[in-house]
Parts: sequence; C-alpha cells; structure tokens
Amino acid sequence: MEKKDSRYAMEDSNLWYETYASDQTQHSSEALSSDSDKKFKLIGKHIKRIDGKKIVTGKAPFTQDIKLKGMLIGKILRSPHAKAEVLSIKLDVAKSLSGVKAAILMIRGNIQYAGQMVAAVAAVDEKTADKALELIKVEYKPMPFVVIEEKAREEGSPQVHDKRPNVEQRRGYSRGDVEAGFGKADVVIERTYKTAVEIHQTAETHVSIAKWQGERLTIWDSTQAIHSVRDQLAEVLQIPASRIKVIKQYMGGGFGSKLGLNEQTVAASMLAKETNRPVKVMLTRKANSLCVGNRPSTFQTYKGGVKKDGTITALSLLSHTSGGIRGGDRSSEPMIDVHKCENAKVEDYNIYMNTGPSKPTRAPGLVQGTFGLEGFIEELANEIGMDPLEFRKKNYTTKNRGGTGIPYSSKGLDKAYEIGAKQIGWHKRNKVPGEGKGRIRRGIGMAAGIWWGAGSPGTLADVKLHPDGSVEAVCGTQDIGCGTRTHMAIVTAETLGLEPKDITVKLGNSDYPWAPLSGGSLTTPSVAPALRDAALKAAEHLKGMAASKLKVSASSIVCENFTFQEKGNPKNATPFKEVLGDLSHEIVFHGERKGLPEGYAYNTFGAHFAEVEVDTMTGMIKVIKVVAVHDSGRIINKLTAESQVIGGITQGLSTALFEQRIMDNETGRMVNPNLRDYKIATSMDIPEIVPLFVDSVDPRINILGTKGLGEPPRIPASAVIANSVYNAIGIHIREIPMTPDKVLQALKEKEVAR
Amino acid sequence: MNKGKMKKGKTNTFTRRDFLKGFGSGTLGVAITPKLLAQKAESIQTKAGEVPVYAKKQIKFTVNSKAYTKVVEPQETLLDVLRDKLSLTGAKKTCDRGECGGCTVLLDGNPIYSCMYLAIRADGTNIKTIEGMAKEGKLHPLQQAYIDKDAYQCGFCTPGFIMASEALLKKKSNPDLGEIKKGLSGNLCRCGNYTKIYQAVDQAAKAGRS
Ligand code: FES
Ligand code: FES
Repeated sequence: MEKKDSRYAMEDSNLWYETYASDQTQHSSEALSSDSDKKFKLIGKHIKRIDGKKIVTGKAPFTQDIKLKGMLIGKILRSPHAKAEVLSIKLDVAKSLSGVKAAILMIRGNIQYAGQMVAAVAAVDEKTADKALELIKVEYKPMPFVVIEEKAREEGSPQVHDKRPNVEQRRGYSRGDVEAGFGKADVVIERTYKTAVEIHQTAETHVSIAKWQGERLTIWDSTQAIHSVRDQLAEVLQIPASRIKVIKQYMGGGFGSKLGLNEQTVAASMLAKETNRPVKVMLTRKANSLCVGNRPSTFQTYKGGVKKDGTITALSLLSHTSGGIRGGDRSSEPMIDVHKCENAKVEDYNIYMNTGPSKPTRAPGLVQGTFGLEGFIEELANEIGMDPLEFRKKNYTTKNRGGTGIPYSSKGLDKAYEIGAKQIGWHKRNKVPGEGKGRIRRGIGMAAGIWWGAGSPGTLADVKLHPDGSVEAVCGTQDIGCGTRTHMAIVTAETLGLEPKDITVKLGNSDYPWAPLSGGSLTTPSVAPALRDAALKAAEHLKGMAASKLKVSASSIVCENFTFQEKGNPKNATPFKEVLGDLSHEIVFHGERKGLPEGYAYNTFGAHFAEVEVDTMTGMIKVIKVVAVHDSGRIINKLTAESQVIGGITQGLSTALFEQRIMDNETGRMVNPNLRDYKIATSMDIPEIVPLFVDSVDPRINILGTKGLGEPPRIPASAVIANSVYNAIGIHIREIPMTPDKVLQALKEKEVAR
Repeated sequence: MNKGKMKKGKTNTFTRRDFLKGFGSGTLGVAITPKLLAQKAESIQTKAGEVPVYAKKQIKFTVNSKAYTKVVEPQETLLDVLRDKLSLTGAKKTCDRGECGGCTVLLDGNPIYSCMYLAIRADGTNIKTIEGMAKEGKLHPLQQAYIDKDAYQCGFCTPGFIMASEALLKKKSNPDLGEIKKGLSGNLCRCGNYTKIYQAVDQAAKAGRS
C-alpha cells in the first residue's frame, strides 16, 4: 500500500473550522440585492417537516437499514494496544473459514492508539465475520505509551510522534500590548479552566456500504459530507472522483464525527473491490467511542485586567489542548472577539497522547473557550462588584477583534441580552454569588456566544420545472437532521407561490450540484440563498410566459396561491400548472450562493440564561430553566430552528454535567466506551427550555439575510450552567463535567478558606 | 421501567453475550455450521445453569398482526430477526446492548429492548413495531404528534421513542410531565430534542382522551 493515503494524512491537524473561518476572506465586491424587507408567507414560520411521515413510520432509509442483493458484512480488527509495533499479521486462517470472502490489511506503520484499525474482513454474515476476526493472528510488540494529558506533559514521558514533541506550540495571536494593559488595570486576576475529552456518540454508528460496478463505485454512507467523502476516497483509492457516487438520505446524528472520509468507508470499498460484491461495514458502539473522533480536552489559563468602572484593559490566554494523536482545538476565539478589549494575547499548545484522533465536535473549540472565557468574565465582574450583565454591556462592541477590527455585518447580541434577562428574571439572581442559605441553593447565570455561520459562496442548486406542473429542488447538500429538505421546499415554494409539499426535494447525492459539508453551521446560509436564486430565475421565466396570457407586462406579475396574477388585480390570473403546461420539455434553472461583500465580519451571536439548583449535601446540580436567545439572521423555519436550539442546550448541559472519556493509565484503553458508563443527559435531566430568536435580517450576508444555527446554541450552553452554579454557591467550578465530587470538593475548600 | 424491559446495568441474568462467550478457540479454522452451533449450544447448556438454552429453533410469533414462522439461531436477537429476516428496519441497532432504547418494540404490550431479547424467547408472543402503528395509511395520534411538534432531529431514535410513548400511554392515559419523563427514561435521544418529545406525548395523550 504505497498509495498516497488520506487515512494517514488525516492525522495531521484539526484545523477544519479555521479553513472556513478564513473562507470569509474570499470576499466579492459584488453588491447584493437583499430581500431584507420582504414579507414572506412561509419563510420564518413554523413549518412541519416534509419528510416527517417517513421518520415516524420507520420508513426513512438510514444507511444502517440498507441491504443490497448479495451484500457481504465487513468487520474491522482493532489494536488492543495503545502503542505497538506490528511484527506480523496472518490472515490465511481467517480467509480459509467457510463464508469468509476476504481479509485484508488496513495498517501501515505502528499502532498509535488502542482501537486503531489493523485488518478487515468480509463474510456472508455477521457471526462469520466476527469469527474471522478472532482467527487473524497479529503479533504486536507493545511500546511505552501515554494517555493522560498531565503525564504527556511531563519531561521524559513516552514520545507519541517521532518527529514532534508531546507539547508543541501552535499559532498564537496578539494585538496591542497586554503588559501595558495589565499596568493600567485596578484589578488583575488569573484563573485556570479545564474541559474533558468528549465523544460524539451519534445515535447511528458510522456505517458505509460500497458497491462496484466495473470501474464505478457507489457508496451509501452515514455522512455529513457526501462531496468530501467522494473526493477523499478518490484520493485514497487513486481513482478519479468522477467515478464515485456518494449517497446519504438519512443519517442518525453526526455532530462533526461524520464530516469527511472515515475508515469504515475505505474498508468497505477495498473489501468490495476484493470480493466483487457489495460490502457493508458498520461500527460497533465501542468502536464508535474509540475511533471516529472526539472533542479535545483543554486547559485554559486566563489573565485579565479590569478597571473599577468595568473597562477590560487586557486579556491573555495560555491554552493547552489534546486531540490525542491529532491536534487539539483552538479555544481562543471567544476571548479574541466577543468583548471589547484593546490588548489581547494567546499562546496555544497541542498535547499529543496515544488516544484516538480528534474530530470537530459541534462548535469545536468554542464550547471549551466559551466555558473558559465566560466563566472568567463572571469572575472579573465579581472582583469589581459589578453585575455580570452590566459588565458585558459595558464591554459591548460592534466591531470584531474586541472592537479593534472591522464592523460586524449585523450583531443582535445586545437584543439577546435584553430579551434573555427579562425572560429568566435576571433581577432574582443573587447579588453576591452564593449569598443564599440552606441546603438547596438557587442561582442564575448567563453566557454569551459567537460563531461564524455565513455559509459557503459558490454553493449551487437547481430548480427544475416539468411540463406536467411538478417542480424539483435539487442540491448536493445533506439533511443531517436540521430539516434541510424542508428548508429547500420552503424557499422554493415561497418563491413560486406554492406549498412546501408541492416541491420534490432531491439532496444527499454527490452527483447533484455542489454544496458544502453539513457542519460549521454552513448548510442553511449556503443552500437556502442558492435555491432562492434558482427559484427567482424560474419565477422570472414563468412570469414572462404568463405575461402574454394575462396581457400585462412580466414585471407586473406576482406568483401567489398556485397562480400567476396581475399585481393588485388577483382576478387576472392563470394557474401555475397551466403555465408549466406550455413548456415543451423540462427546464432547469441554476442558482448560486454568491460572495460576501468586503469590509465586514459575518458572525452569529447568542446569549443563554439559566437557573439552577445545587444540593450542597450531595453535590448534585439540577438545571431548572434555560432561556436561549439567538441572532442567526433570518430564520427559515422556526419549528426546526427551535429543535436545533433545544438540542444544542441539551448537549451543552450534558457536557457541563456528565460527559468525559476516561482513559486507563495502566492499559492505555478507554474504560467507558459505551452508553452506560459514558454518561450523557437523559430524559430525567432536561430543564424547561425556552428557545428565542432576535428577529433580525442581515443586510448583506446573502439574498435571504440568513445565518447558520447549527453550532450557536451549543456554544454558551455549558458555560451558562457553570456560571449559574457560581451564582448559586459562590464558587466557580472551573472544570467540566461538574460532577458531584467536584462540587463537594469545592464546597469543602470554601468552608476551609472561611 | 415497565415489565419486560431490562434495566440498565443489570446483567446477572443470562444474556446472549455470555452465550457467545461459550465459543472458545476450539472451533479455530473450522467452518461454523448451524449444526456446530447447535452442538455447542447443547454443550454449554449445563454451564449456563438457570436459563434454558435452545439450539436452532423454529418459532411462531405475531408481528404487527401478521403471523410468522421462522427458524432462528440461538444467538440471534429479536432485533436481528426483525431487521434481517422480516425486513422491519424501523427498530434501530444503536448500542446493541440495552443502553439506549433505539430498538424498543412492544412484546405482549410491554416495551422491551429487542437487542437484549433472544429471538427464541419470542416464540408464541405478540410483537408490535413502529411499522404496525399506522393503520391503513392513517398515522397513529402519537406519530402525528411527533410530526406536529417536530419531536426529532435526525429521527434515528424516533421509532424507539414512539414505541416507548405508546407503552406509556397504554398504562397511563393522562401522564403529567414527570410521568412522561420517567416513562421515556429508558430511551436516549442524542440530538437532545426531549423537550419536544414531551410535548408530542402530551398532545397525543390529549388526542386520545378527546
Ligand atoms: S440498541 Fe437496544 S437498547 Fe440500544
Ligand atoms: S433525533 Fe437524533 S437521536 Fe433523537
């Protein structure tokens, strides 16, 4: 296997989100005609999903559910060692087992973490494949490893990568003069915040089916990124991308772990080639805990200077992060951007260790960084005896880079503060953190969040009209559960005067026009404007056709209520279907999501407010209520947007209170690779959640004024709970998950300090 | 949780995993045939003790009011049989070890994790899956409520949740929020849309009473 192989290249770094953050520098100077003042009938309303029936009847075809004729079951053998040299692998006994059709090597070089793929087999059924795995003989030479961050940082600990130190500096950031800034401050404090490694634990484990037909390969994949899977697979297999088709109709959760090519897709493709039969490879829950990514841990030390009037004079961050054998997350973005501050400095380090490679996890870096920064902001405010909301308002800025950069195209964070504070009853909070009495302490806190979410210029979509009156909306995007199918139907129907159910939506196929991966809150602000563009062109064309029927000029025609009608004279109308009936053949309109005007920063914002109860006897934290207010520009569908926000809050709560990967120092293995021991929030932990939106429309971001919403609700959701706990008990638990032992320990320390 | 549904963490009963562990390296290099499986099953019967172990067996059961006769292997779970032999893929394989409820179906009216239920035990039972909820193309009130409230995101956990909701409403037609939360506590939704799931169950309960 001397091929250029992205399985190995993938281990380089986790700089995915920086790539599209910098996408924003690909500005165009083109002026946009904005729809910002339009009143819509469908867009912005509560619209039920057009595919709801498929989901609730169990008929939605998830990749896991697909079975092809003659399909074999593939399985992957994984290393039990955290670091080892592979001396030999014997596949022949496995191959000779009746029912086994192929056994292949999947490793090159040394084992770097427990769970790493070593070999793969394909057999007629699952139990034969399992048996075949047992029959593969691998001789390992175990080597010293390190799986705990603190140990990896120690002098003389086993080196993870040959050519890199375990602690490696990464790109930092600096503006102004922090030392001078600290000099001007009345108070300077320093605090350290920690976050644990988190596992995506998608409901549907990673699964792919590969089928070759001659030189052509079709992949059914549980993925967030059909085009990336195609392109990366082409590189691995060294075949032209034009010969690969990737299909994804329904997917059981991704959260970043399915953002590109995964190992099971490579294994399925290779096994299918070898056997000349379709092969399905589905990972187990355990494998999904080990090998498909994780959210890196962070250790963030903030130093901040503040004047008595609340002016922040300087902020600095020293960050360490571990993404296992891959790079970690950059947690500095909130500190660099959110609050006004002239002087700022970031020093950032990766810690390498022998654990599975990280992958973006819903709002990579920003969840951790917001927990750190927003916690620190509360502590700074408390130092000068200022209300943390007032403190944030005092340091509000409408320009990025803490007020030193370019203006935000739109920023509704101030409105979010106002709406949220009112909803939660901000005045009810403890004026002095922890001033309440009794066993159960109540507290109210808040946290602000920033994200990108402008979408990808260059996204393409088609609207196709048929002479029989039917309409297609086509885009090579994917619906990962955010309701993209329905968004596509809404935008097309709105523009053509139809209902969402009248639109046949086609997506999830890499043969369709290009759209970006579904991650980073990219999908809606990429796809919706592209479709709007295509539908407007279609409408224009049809109006021209209707004009001669209605004997008025095309410019005085509107599409409404399944008709083309004269503006102000709805009686002079012709049915939509009739106009399409005059087409001699189908006709396609291509739409594009255009560039972003220069000179502005394009970001989404949100503020969360929460109320919690802390049981000082047991250390248990109970979240009572969360209010989330988001500025994501124009919301296309309020119903699915609310779900998006509720989901983000639930996951953020889960991160704040429960989630952590636990590594065993002795064996180098993860001790909780399942859903019982890896705790996540359940039905019993859910508070009252109030999702709200700042009704704003970005004037220049795209023709719909819409921004992304995937990441934003996840960002302040963990920080807000920590800040509420601080308000309740007067101690900041600076480490998530805030498990009861940490709460009790903190309470004990406070008692001792008294 | 309701009767018939295995509790998380309780594994002192005989499970198929213990059963599979019965296969040592003795079969190395030998083709696994159903016959061998059966022999092996016999041979560990005494070891497993309290619970009877069967060889490959023909079972008769009813799924969504349709009678089936199927030959199942001793290690096969009800989930596998539903998905692979009956092509009823609504119930999902999410954890495959009784931790999430993605595979929930009703067995004689009680919700069970079908991934933890050996198919041979289903002999003579009456099973209902998500595919049996809609009648003649008309959605069950719960299904309609899940759509109306947008009580899902990716939708992968939805079949399991709807079956658990059905079991809950059969026991309690008028549950309060606490009862709904508890009734659904055996099911995980990683997308985290519980808030809307509660609303859906509440809507369906109200529809059922009107
Ligand atoms: S798949 Fe059965 S409980 Fe998780
Ligand atoms: S909707 Fe995705 S897991 Fe529940």
